[in-house]
Amino acid sequence: MRIIVCVKQVPGTNQVEIDDVTGVLKREGVGAKMNPYDLYAIETAVRIKETQGGTVSALSMGPMQAEAVLREAIMMGIDEAVLLTDRKFSGSDVLATSYTLAQGIKKIGVPDLLLCGKMTTDGDTAQVGPAIAEFLNIPHITNVKAILEIREDGMVVEMDLLHAVGVADILFPCLITIEKDGVQPRLPSYRRKLAMQDVKISRYGISDMEDQNENHYGLEGSPTKVVRIFSPAANTDYEKWHGSSEELSTMLLQKLKQMKHL
Amino acid sequence: MAEIIVHQSENYDFQQLSGLCPFNAIIEVDGLIQITDACRLCKLCVKNGPPGFFELAENAVGNIDKKQWDGILVYVEQEFGSILPVSLEIVGKAKVLAEKSKQQLSAIVIGDEISPLGEQLLKYGVNQVLLYENAALKEFRIEPYAAGLEDGIRYLMPSVVLIGGTPIGRSLAPRVSARFRTGLTADCTFLEIGEEGNLDQIRPAFGGNIMAHIHTLNHRPQFATVRHKIFDEPLPSEEPNGVVLHRTMLPEQLLSRIKILEIRNKVATPMIEDAEVLVVAGRAIRKKEDLKMIHQLADLLGAQVAGTRSLIETGWVDSKRQIGLSGRTVKPKLIITCGVSGAIQFAAGMNQSECIIAINKDEKAPIFQIAHYGIVGDVYEIVPKMIRKIRKEAGGDAV
Repeated sequence: MRIIVCVKQVPGTNQVEIDDVTGVLKREGVGAKMNPYDLYAIETAVRIKETQGGTVSALSMGPMQAEAVLREAIMMGIDEAVLLTDRKFSGSDVLATSYTLAQGIKKIGVPDLLLCGKMTTDGDTAQVGPAIAEFLNIPHITNVKAILEIREDGMVVEMDLLHAVGVADILFPCLITIEKDGVQPRLPSYRRKLAMQDVKISRYGISDMEDQNENHYGLEGSPTKVVRIFSPAANTDYEKWHGSSEELSTMLLQKLKQMKHL
Repeated sequence: MAEIIVHQSENYDFQQLSGLCPFNAIIEVDGLIQITDACRLCKLCVKNGPPGFFELAENAVGNIDKKQWDGILVYVEQEFGSILPVSLEIVGKAKVLAEKSKQQLSAIVIGDEISPLGEQLLKYGVNQVLLYENAALKEFRIEPYAAGLEDGIRYLMPSVVLIGGTPIGRSLAPRVSARFRTGLTADCTFLEIGEEGNLDQIRPAFGGNIMAHIHTLNHRPQFATVRHKIFDEPLPSEEPNGVVLHRTMLPEQLLSRIKILEIRNKVATPMIEDAEVLVVAGRAIRKKEDLKMIHQLADLLGAQVAGTRSLIETGWVDSKRQIGLSGRTVKPKLIITCGVSGAIQFAAGMNQSECIIAINKDEKAPIFQIAHYGIVGDVYEIVPKMIRKIRKEAGGDAV
């Protein structure tokens, strides 16, 4: 069985600020890390490999520094890693990102199973997984909580719905996105790091892809454009109460009565 | 393909040039300035650098005929034959947008035994409802549902497609927008129609620390998803003035490689998203037993209890009761936060609440910037006193 897990390098924290003068994100000192949701996808993939055999690849797209998350994936048990990196990929939105990843997957060969984290912590969109499945013309299921059964031609998964839990059978090849509470991701293994340090991470750019039309990648291939970014405004219409706890609780009681909550 | 071109010159100060780029993408190799792939095309180097040194080379994009795409389409999600509140909220917002921009409002519903929903939607001012009704559509499976929405879009050619940010909406929207090779903006908190029918979309990113204003200028339709409780649920108007259309799908459009084996309701725990009043416990709560007073206060107010991330991490509060970006977004009539500092991740999940009352010892806590009534005091004193006072008032009648 062949599995590919898509992973992303995200800023080390969400506490990013906007430079008042330039209007762009201040990125210094923020660092970078693996998107936390992807850890669950990697863990799920490695567990499947441990029971079913086969190979697991990790795929990422980003600048050269993004190799760090692929190294981490290898330390968690991934066999091989591919980084899609090209200056012409920069500025990609959801469509261009998922198109590029789908092209990369075609390059390495569409696997039986594609796994993604439920979402990323920087974009928060949860859209790239389903869009990749569209470009590969394979079915997908999002918010998978658990894999209940695996066969040669498909598997049974438990999925989170809004007010319900569903159990579904899905045939390979397919893509699923993994919820965060299903499995506990293992820590990267130092011993594995030593054993795998010679593993070369393959790098592909536009010239390696089946579709080499530059207009389909990066900023040019992105239908959405960010007009501007800004800090959320605080509601300044507030009052503050001071006093003894006796006074304050009485004021609160009166307020709640006035608002008809009591 | 847009990119930054460097017009090399002999006299430059590398320190100054590299300082122009917030992404550290300007490097010096063998005395030549180069742009690395860390470049995000922010154009600051073009704007602030030495005149003519950096240039943005941009290829012209073939524009589509926007006039062919007109109207607003809402994908209305139903669950067991009832319309989800989030879909009605979006219909309400879409009606306002449609009237302002003089466009038609359409809705599409996919499922089985959903006929009554057509008439119901007309009461909210929808001009045209497309129904895709078939036993094969009883449960959501991506391929037939995507095929249905695709058919509706090809039939109506709408300028805008709005979808609820539910698990199903977040599965369907990226799939179908990718099929049309167009833009999708997730979890919009602000929508307005601008010139040429362009949709102004504002959404939080980086866990709500940053707001991004987004356009889909040269592609149609413009897809956006909106989460529950961002817009207000509309009231049904008196006179329906629209039509309901049953659309059929071809047998091959109904095929799926997914088989639903079972759908079971989650154990019926009340959802904090549905609560009218919430009492929230924060980091100031020192031990699990102290949550008792929070529950008592909530019970007296007919409220539900929610928690901040720190209390979810200790395991004292169930993760389904977490407010914030990594938890739920709530918009109750009243929310009382007890010892919550109000980090932005938390605030983003509740700052749309109608009335926010915050109790916190630290006068400088960020929660006071969004609280309509900020009570500077100790929850360990104020909450027990409140409980006693409310009981005393109620007890006056009972005893």
